[in-house]
Amino acid sequence: MIATVLTGTVLAAEGSGNILVPAGSEIVWSTIFVAIIAFAFYRYALPGFQKVLDERTARIEGGIAKADSVQAEADAALARYTKELNEARAEAAHIREEARIEGNAIVADLRAKAQEEANRILETGLRQIEAERQQVMVTLRADVGVLATQLASKIVGESLDDEVRQSRVVDRFLDELEASTAVSIKGK
Amino acid sequence: MLRWPTHPQESALFTAATTQLLAASGGGGGFQPPSISDFFPPPILFAGTPFEFNRIQLVRLVVTVVVVTVFVVGARRAKLVPGRGQNILELVLDFVRVNVAEEVLGTEKAKKYVPLLTTIFVAILALNISGVVPLLNIAGTSVIGLPIVLAAWVFVMYLGAGIRAHGLGGFLRTSLFPPGVPPYMYVLLTPIEFLTVFVIRPATLAIRLVANMISGHLMLVLVISATEFFLVEAGPSLKAYGLVTFGAALALTLFEAFIAALQAYIFVVLAAVYLNLSIQEEH
Repeated sequence: MIATVLTGTVLAAEGSGNILVPAGSEIVWSTIFVAIIAFAFYRYALPGFQKVLDERTARIEGGIAKADSVQAEADAALARYTKELNEARAEAAHIREEARIEGNAIVADLRAKAQEEANRILETGLRQIEAERQQVMVTLRADVGVLATQLASKIVGESLDDEVRQSRVVDRFLDELEASTAVSIKGK
Repeated sequence: MLRWPTHPQESALFTAATTQLLAASGGGGGFQPPSISDFFPPPILFAGTPFEFNRIQLVRLVVTVVVVTVFVVGARRAKLVPGRGQNILELVLDFVRVNVAEEVLGTEKAKKYVPLLTTIFVAILALNISGVVPLLNIAGTSVIGLPIVLAAWVFVMYLGAGIRAHGLGGFLRTSLFPPGVPPYMYVLLTPIEFLTVFVIRPATLAIRLVANMISGHLMLVLVISATEFFLVEAGPSLKAYGLVTFGAALALTLFEAFIAALQAYIFVVLAAVYLNLSIQEEH
């Protein structure tokens, strides 16, 4: 039915024009409309969209570049901080080590000084003791001699009045005494 | 008025016959079949001058104004971050640039021809779509003038591109004397190639487009006016046919919208292929 109608219509249209041969006005108006569209597109529409497209591309590329540079900066900062941290750690260790060595030195020094002081005090003491001992000994020698002489005189009588003999006897006595004392100290 | 037969099979035959009768007699009322005269409406303005303005030109004028307005305003308002409308326009532009120009010509060579292909695609798509737009109801490309102008534009562009790429002699040599063929074959091949390059390519571009649009319009008008006839004027026994033709009208409208896009696509793909054939080194 469709075919019949179509054939009929095509045949019926013989008078109104050939579908493949344009009238003059057809070409004129078609050219005008195509020219208007082409002008609008070439002059305004396509450049406008192209501009936005390029801008978008530039923005995206700029964004990527910026992100890259920020990343690089961050990496650099991280490297720098890590390096500084390591340096600080090394320095701290160094300072601690130095402090330890210094402390040891101070302790050793003080210990040496204390030792020296102690030695000095000890020596002084010993020397004082020795001096006092000498003094005591001198005093005792004098006193003991007198006392012993007096005692011996009383016991022996006047046989020992002679100065020289008296002195000799006392000295011998003291030497013996000293020797016995020395032996008793040694024996201890 | 004729008395309608009541037997269904008989009625179908009768309808076809009657429509012819009615159409031929040009009687008022009854079934109005589509006619080639739809494409040659009477002039509205400037009758008899080269600027004779009829309904087809009016449809084209409306479409042109709409397309130019939409795209120029769209380009003016185009922003870095696109809105919904801009997305749709960019989708169309990207489609031509990526799926047609770059696909066929390659990214580098495509740049130069993207504006041409985009303009032609949008123009054809819009003028085709008017065939299914209510009130316009006829494709701006369904009369041969506009397809001829567009095909001529492509024709000039691909000849120009070929001559610019190879020089006049070089272009004719690569086009008319395909390499890798024994010389005596040129007796056969050269006339064929000549016809292809200078006649068949532009002619088929224009005719394929106009024929598709004409047949689409005829089919749509046929089912729509049949629906109107069955539902309004035919006897009760024929009303049911109205539903069938109404369904067909809906389906054909969608189909024509698809064809509108498909023909626009085919036209620009072929234009790109012809450009590529002209500028490529050997073919």
